[in-house]
Amino acid sequence: MISFTINGQPARVDVEAEKPLLWVLREDLNITGPKFGCGVASCGACTVHVDGVAMRSCSMAASDVEGKTVTTIEGLALGQLHAVQKAWIEEQVPQCGYCQPGFIMSAVALLKANPKPTDKDIDEVLSNICRCGTYSAIRRAVHRAAALLAGAS
Amino acid sequence: MKKWTRRMAIIGGVAGGGLLGVGFWFARERDRLGDRKLFNVKPNEAGLSGWVKITRDNGVVVAVPRAEMGQGVQTALAMLVAEEMDARWNQMRVEDPPEHGVYRNVDILIDGLPFSPEEQGTVVDVAHWMAGKLGGVLGVSATGGSTSVRDAWHPMRVAGAVARDLLLRAASRMASVPVTDLVVVDGEVRRKAGGRVATFGQLVDHVGDLSSMPAPPLKKPSEFKLIGKSLPRLDIPAKVLGAATFGIDVRRPNLLYAAVLNAPTFGGSAAGFKVKGNLPKGVETVIIVPGGIAAIGTSWWRANKLLQEGVEVQWQPGPEPTLDSATLWRRYEGLMQDGKPALTRTLGEEKKLATVRPVEATYRAPYLAHTTMEPMNCTAQVTRQGDKNAVNVWMPNQSPTLMRLIAGKTADVPQAQVTVRTTFLGGGFGRRAEVDLVRQAVTCAMAMPERPVQVLWSREQDIKHDYYRPMALARWRAELDTSGGTPKLVSVAKRQVAQSPADQFGARVVGLPSQGKPEGNAVENPPYAFPFYRLEAVVPDGSVPVGFWRSVGHSHSAFFDESFVDELAGALKKDPFEFRRELLAKNPRHLKVLETAAKEAGWGTPLPAGSGRGIALRASFGSIVAQVAEVTVADGKTLHVKRVTCAIDCGPVVNPAIVRAQMESGIIYGLSAALYGEITLANGAVEQSNFTDYDAVRLADAPAMTVHLVDTGSSAIGGVGEPGTPPIAPAVANAVFAATGKRLRSLPLRLA
Repeated sequence: MISFTINGQPARVDVEAEKPLLWVLREDLNITGPKFGCGVASCGACTVHVDGVAMRSCSMAASDVEGKTVTTIEGLALGQLHAVQKAWIEEQVPQCGYCQPGFIMSAVALLKANPKPTDKDIDEVLSNICRCGTYSAIRRAVHRAAALLAGAS
Repeated sequence: MKKWTRRMAIIGGVAGGGLLGVGFWFARERDRLGDRKLFNVKPNEAGLSGWVKITRDNGVVVAVPRAEMGQGVQTALAMLVAEEMDARWNQMRVEDPPEHGVYRNVDILIDGLPFSPEEQGTVVDVAHWMAGKLGGVLGVSATGGSTSVRDAWHPMRVAGAVARDLLLRAASRMASVPVTDLVVVDGEVRRKAGGRVATFGQLVDHVGDLSSMPAPPLKKPSEFKLIGKSLPRLDIPAKVLGAATFGIDVRRPNLLYAAVLNAPTFGGSAAGFKVKGNLPKGVETVIIVPGGIAAIGTSWWRANKLLQEGVEVQWQPGPEPTLDSATLWRRYEGLMQDGKPALTRTLGEEKKLATVRPVEATYRAPYLAHTTMEPMNCTAQVTRQGDKNAVNVWMPNQSPTLMRLIAGKTADVPQAQVTVRTTFLGGGFGRRAEVDLVRQAVTCAMAMPERPVQVLWSREQDIKHDYYRPMALARWRAELDTSGGTPKLVSVAKRQVAQSPADQFGARVVGLPSQGKPEGNAVENPPYAFPFYRLEAVVPDGSVPVGFWRSVGHSHSAFFDESFVDELAGALKKDPFEFRRELLAKNPRHLKVLETAAKEAGWGTPLPAGSGRGIALRASFGSIVAQVAEVTVADGKTLHVKRVTCAIDCGPVVNPAIVRAQMESGIIYGLSAALYGEITLANGAVEQSNFTDYDAVRLADAPAMTVHLVDTGSSAIGGVGEPGTPPIAPAVANAVFAATGKRLRSLPLRLA
């Protein structure tokens, strides 16, 4: 049994200790926002927050989240739109959209650590893959989200 | 993408047998509107045609029978309807319609014909007419070849105009106001003198028995209110919330998951297998499926792990179990020397001069995988209904018609017993026109009756078992007349060796013997006024599966052609841009696109040492695209693409923001291939396995991009999903030459 907090709710799952968090979320908790893309922590489609830190959930064992707090795209603003999601809509970022939950979770973590990132900061931290090539829109959206967050605080 | 060439062969045969006289072709455009009950009309809704329904809460729902894989097709098609209906944009919704002939895609068939766009005449006209006719007969629903908007432009607008007309008449009857006094403005019916008569929602109960009239005249472009505007996409809010349902997100009661291990060599299969020990918790069974084995259970992760670690498989090898890339290149080099061309084409008159100076160059492009962001998957369920089986399929796919055909064949049930629902696609790029996943999923579902089974491939399986962009070898040769002072171009000739995806697709999907013809996009003529042009295309057999990879044959041919045009400019001591301008003097559209890209990129302005600009032009799928890449090369070996300037003429533009996004998308997709993309073979199997050794461009490599829409007054709609991809590789290679003097003739582009 592994217990942790998921999107503000307590969760207890009976899974093998080595089962990756991504598959616990998708198969055992029916949370499908985090996506499977590579299984080797390369593409970032599975990115979630564990105790506020962006992690690639495909490569994190269930036992490693025991007692921790996990947030997925579904729990980012719980029914509201997070500033990053607003910026993503305003800049019309997604194309196929599959990688975007991972990008949004990575961007939220980036802005928390660095509220006013440069293009270079964005390029370095957001190492996720988007095969539709929405990268220019992502850069614009991160800057816009930074402005929205700065305005709100 | 273009996938119907071979299908046309059988279809052509059938047609010759008398179907033409039967008259299945929709006699009039409005017959394509379909029955008003066709479009899943629910309570609180009223169908206005097969394409449009209204809802009591004031919504307008448009049938979008094309796969949304990021190209914005839902938005574009809804815009066409909304424009003629005078609806408000925030009223618009989309829905996947049922399978029916009215939802066919005719342009995809026409594009699949083996003719260049510049070819005209009776044979071509008859073939185009036949394709249109047969599209109607077969009701092919497919997405690819950048055809969606080209196909929908007229019929979707007609559907909107007919819907508006019905609503006006319904309001007239409801309010007892002459129809001539009414008008639709901002998504409601008003008196011309002013004042609301009815919302769309109020008319749901009042359109019932009215019959649709021939469509009123469509708007002139000058009257457009929505078309041409960058309206927000309809699919974005769900995608930003993480709520969009992709194939991998399909959840059905009692769902099982299946992982697959495909035979390591192409064309191989599993002869038998042995599970080591007992099946672990989470795995219910292991079975043989077409091309491999599948482990089925309540956890995909556990099933996949079992296949990796706990099963011994006896593989039946494919036909070439020892094949490696070096051998294959040698084979292609042999074919380059003496292979018999499947196609020879000449343009212009050949002049034989006693002495010429030859310019020759040989280029290579490797196999490429698609790596759609969403790994390949398909969910299927086989249920017993009375004494018959029924099959349900949920799948991110580019051709529900084809998936339905193969699902029915696999389960041995009639087509009428098969339902295919298309989810959002996490990328398509041509890969999702293939039928391998539906075959495996239905096979798994048959082993687990009544239970839905979701087959999902790991990324490793995706990269090792794709239908690859063909590897290709090309030799260009030009002859220059140097008898005068300035060398003059006399002739150019290209000989190209590449497998044909169109040919293979027909063989594997509908079981036709190979015809050995080249894929049409790979052999399109360059737009340049060469004094004499010869093309020879050799089409090898081969066990490596090839498929439709974004822009298909343009993806390698553009690299060969546009690199060589640059080399020719060098041999003639001309600027690459100026040289192209000369050769395009009689092609004003191409010329304007080229000049726009050059001007916006600051062509000719100085750059620091180690930097360079390269230009390339390619017309594909009815659009013309030119790109200028600016690169820096550090230490003579580290290549960075700094910015890309892109110009496109795609004819009338429905949504400029989507066109720009598609150009950027095509550039990044092509750049990933140009910088990193290479699938190699050893022992009959693919050597690459994941993004760790088959990488894609990420933010750090992504250039700044600007896209310029060029209006040359053309009324023909061009595609936008693919045309952004072909020019980028040659633009970058030409820029590397400008920066370093090194000519890179092989993809991916490697300096060290």
